[in-house]
Amino acid sequence: MEGDIVQMGAYIGAGLACTGMGGAAVGVGHVVGNFLSGALRNPSAAAGQTATMFIGIAFAEALGIFSFLVALLLMFAV
Amino acid sequence: MAEEAHGAEEGGLVFHPMDQFIVKPLFGDGAVGMFTVTNVTLWMAITVLCIVALLVLGTSRRATIPSRTQSVAELAYGFIYKMVEDVAGKDAIPYFPAVMTLFMFIVFSNFLGLLPMSFTTTSHIAVTAVLAMAVFLFVTLLGFWKHGLSFLGIFWITSAPLVLRPILALIEIISYFVRPLSHSIRLAGNMMAGHAVIKVFAAFAAVLAISPFAIVAITAIYALEVLVSFIQAYVFAILTCVYLKDAVSDPHH
Repeated sequence: MEGDIVQMGAYIGAGLACTGMGGAAVGVGHVVGNFLSGALRNPSAAAGQTATMFIGIAFAEALGIFSFLVALLLMFAV
Repeated sequence: MAEEAHGAEEGGLVFHPMDQFIVKPLFGDGAVGMFTVTNVTLWMAITVLCIVALLVLGTSRRATIPSRTQSVAELAYGFIYKMVEDVAGKDAIPYFPAVMTLFMFIVFSNFLGLLPMSFTTTSHIAVTAVLAMAVFLFVTLLGFWKHGLSFLGIFWITSAPLVLRPILALIEIISYFVRPLSHSIRLAGNMMAGHAVIKVFAAFAAVLAISPFAIVAITAIYALEVLVSFIQAYVFAILTCVYLKDAVSDPHH
């Protein structure tokens, strides 16, 4: 019985941890949206900045990955 | 986890979406040991063979008017070369082969994983963690080899006000050491989630009421996965370049 409650708590925690990935989604959308609005104002400069956009996406995504990691740890390691 | 849910056959879900990631020995049913030949080994070997076929056979004739294979090989080479030059700077050009190798390995194993009945080697954290740790150790050692102890200057941001510098140094140190973690889990997580989603919709296709929707959805998600496979390999390579830039450029700028 006690083990079941711990298991339940771990699964609920894993589900809650995944809400952090929504924040990463907002962040990535923000990066790309701002890139696009800048790129439409000055299309000639856009091509050189695509790499910067991907670096920005990767950094914004990294924090969502940590919440995913917490979810994985709760599912399989606790 | 996968074994538990395996027996449940409700509403057309006759296989578990995570079953595709189970590492199995290629011959026999024994336990997976250190040197067991598994399906991961097989698909890694296929990946390497495909890269060798593209790059060696594609460029062996070196025609002035390139064939299609040669064009693809040259395009991949030029694409990565330009990326290393743009992102990591001219000083990082000697390390271009490392980035090229990483990119080709990841992009090929991602794409081969999209074939039906295949195995995605990059969906396992064990595989991507080795790649990310290799990058991390390589970049750290290279930084110390090139700059000596002044490589630690990347943690001490001289352009910031003096009171903020210890706090920034702490944040920089933490963000430096979580690099291999985020670097590896980004790739593995994207590959695993994407392939599991395809399998989930494949299970929905067995239910008559929603099968037309599911089949359209699989096609759309498959197209998205082709895009994600490429972008994740690109992101892995570009982050390698960003880390390389720390190591090769002057730490005080």
